[in-house]
Amino acid sequence: MDVVDLSRFQFASTSIFHFFFVSLTVGLAFLIAVMETFAYVSQRRREVYGRMTNFFGHLFLINFAVGVVTGIVQEFQFGMNWSQFSYFVGNIFGVPLTLEVLMAFFLESTFIGLWWFGKDKLKPWMSLAAIWLVAIGTQVSAFWIVLANAWMHHPVGFEVVDGQARLTDFGAVVFNYKAWIYFFHVQGSAWVVAGFFVLGIAAYHLLRRQDADVFGKALRIGLVFAAIGTVFSALSGHTAAQVAREDQPMKFAAMEAQWETSESPAPWSLVAVIDEEDRQNTVNIEIPYLGSILAYNGLEGRYEGINQLEEEYDEQFGPGSYTPPVTWVYWSFRIMVAIGSLLLATAFLGLFLWWRRRASLDETRWFLRALVWFIPLPWIANFTGWVTTEMGRQPFMVYGWLTVEEGVSANSSSEVLVGLVGLWIVYLGLIGLDVYLLSSTARAGVHRKPGAQLLAAPPPDYQGVGLADYDRKN
Amino acid sequence: MDLVTLWFWLIAVTFTLYFFLEGFDFGVDILRPTLAENEAEERALTGTIGPFWDGNEVWVIAAAGLMFSTFPLWYGAVFSGMYPLFVLILLALLLRGVSFEYRNQVDSQRWRAFWDWMSFGGSVVPSFLWGVIMAKLIEGLPVNAEGRVEAGLAAMFSPFSIVGGSTTLLLFMLHGANFLLLRLHTDTVLYNRARRAALRWGALATLAIVGFVVMGYVTEDLFEDFGVVPWAFPVAAFLTLASIWWALVRRRDVLAFTMSGLTVLFATVTVFIALFTRGEVLPSTLRPEFGLTLQESASQPYTLVLMTWVGGIFLPLIIGYQIWNYYVFRERVRPDEGALSHGY
Repeated sequence: MDVVDLSRFQFASTSIFHFFFVSLTVGLAFLIAVMETFAYVSQRRREVYGRMTNFFGHLFLINFAVGVVTGIVQEFQFGMNWSQFSYFVGNIFGVPLTLEVLMAFFLESTFIGLWWFGKDKLKPWMSLAAIWLVAIGTQVSAFWIVLANAWMHHPVGFEVVDGQARLTDFGAVVFNYKAWIYFFHVQGSAWVVAGFFVLGIAAYHLLRRQDADVFGKALRIGLVFAAIGTVFSALSGHTAAQVAREDQPMKFAAMEAQWETSESPAPWSLVAVIDEEDRQNTVNIEIPYLGSILAYNGLEGRYEGINQLEEEYDEQFGPGSYTPPVTWVYWSFRIMVAIGSLLLATAFLGLFLWWRRRASLDETRWFLRALVWFIPLPWIANFTGWVTTEMGRQPFMVYGWLTVEEGVSANSSSEVLVGLVGLWIVYLGLIGLDVYLLSSTARAGVHRKPGAQLLAAPPPDYQGVGLADYDRKN
Repeated sequence: MDLVTLWFWLIAVTFTLYFFLEGFDFGVDILRPTLAENEAEERALTGTIGPFWDGNEVWVIAAAGLMFSTFPLWYGAVFSGMYPLFVLILLALLLRGVSFEYRNQVDSQRWRAFWDWMSFGGSVVPSFLWGVIMAKLIEGLPVNAEGRVEAGLAAMFSPFSIVGGSTTLLLFMLHGANFLLLRLHTDTVLYNRARRAALRWGALATLAIVGFVVMGYVTEDLFEDFGVVPWAFPVAAFLTLASIWWALVRRRDVLAFTMSGLTVLFATVTVFIALFTRGEVLPSTLRPEFGLTLQESASQPYTLVLMTWVGGIFLPLIIGYQIWNYYVFRERVRPDEGALSHGY
């Protein structure tokens, strides 16, 4: 592998590892803020919601630190591996990145400490405000970084002078339609991750009939959360694909493995065996009409083919290869859509069961068992989603303006390889630890007596002592 | 003052704040193995920086982000040019950052010992390497005609950069010890050990600073263009160090900490003055005319004006709530044997 491939691989691994942690952080922060609000507002069930907040807060904290430290790698690696890209886009891309730090990172990292360590030092309303600031910080953070990413897919508000993109209209960058679609999609997906995380853990304990008061409530909060998340994710994802057909047609064609321009109405490929060498599908099982329905919300409209687009791109950007890795894009897209649909159905089935069965939802064992198994699915959907969107825009870094080859630093491949190996070892270790600690803490439940105290991250007082002081301190 | 100059100095301020803040939490982690004699003391030491280190660390992300948006060429050249050093810093920060949360999650001596090593090593490595990086900024890198840098690990280490690294490492240890004097209960053994550590490491830090100044004067012409009083900053750094010794002996803890903070400030500002007076943010060791100048590295006025608004609004706000954070956790820490026995 040359330095471009290695750098790409490093960027992809760092981003995917980073998103593994932060998707849970972003979604769970909001959920915990909601739980603590219930504890604050509800007189009667304060103790139950308080224990719930502390329990999921502990899990949140285990995961939070890793998201923070992998974020430093993100911030450094633009300059480290992509110095030419940094020079080209710095005027524009650097702004949302800095805004993310100033508006979100400081807020999250300061107030998470105040929330967790300050429980006995702050008034309850201050503690509640602190967790809401953390929750808002995570959403703001997601907004700015996704805005920066969306700009690379659909650059707006700039002019190119002396081989450098210069910002001319920051408003256009902020109101880039692509950014808002991506933001809702990423945001929805983070809610799905956190929603099914809470659902799975709640189901695990309900199956064992442990602390049904806490976990029955958590199950219902998780269901509402997961339902909202899946709907947002599905709607914004649907829009994102339709928009890609217009502003990134090659990505869209690769998602559908559409080599030649289709008839109208277009069918939708369900399963295809792709031969990238000969630029065709050897097997393709298609559903008639569905393609037009999905892409145009109607019964008419054709799909443009990769081969036709390649000719257009050659004319527009100069001769070269503009075909992304079709097999990867096609299959990642399908896995993401399949998982997303399954999760959407599950969330609404859950709401339906809740409505029909009320309290005996806690006894619906087949459903609870499924929920435990579904915990990893949102992560797989996120992973494949990023692969779809980022591989689909190859070979471009900044769509239509800068290719990956042009953006890379003048590093030697050996130093990038050594760094990559080092980072992978640490990442794998961290993911392993994160999963191990999350699952052992989650399984232990609310009555666990932790073996050791954490001064850096003290295990919560699950019994809700301190919550009794609510009234006094208020 | 034009916006390019303003942003150059705001980046200097950001780095200074980072070294000032993370300097003492690195220092505490580095000193912990030598200061703590039992588990309760270890936890007390970690507890002095527990609520702060994360907020401190964000300042380096801010510094990198601000460099990216206001000096993209400089950002790209520095971070790619010293690639191996940044990889090492990242690995160190990754492992050190999680050690805070993970150390006490499993009740096993080997598990704790592992994370103690991570937090020690993860603090030594960046403390040393940031000094190397600052020294290399003055010394320059092999920047070619296109503003790209091709350099291996060996090119990062020169006598000057090694002295630079030792300076930051020792200075952070001194700074960390002084911070402990403000955070530990004055009637604990730990507190007295911290004072002795401050005196010991402070003496070595003074030697390193003197070495750095002399080498900067002799080999790098560091203070040549420093304006009317070229010796003002090195002399000031020396005076602050001397006053730390006086303050430690006289038990003026606040003064000692303020002075080690000022030393960090003077040392960082010296680097940025050197860059500024030469008008070159990254000199080239290949040919003088290849060096990156302040003006050519900067972003366009539109971006700089926008960033000035953003910085003007958020930086004071951030500093405000971080100060409040320190105020909330102002209570001094004491090793608590009892906390260990009742389970958690």
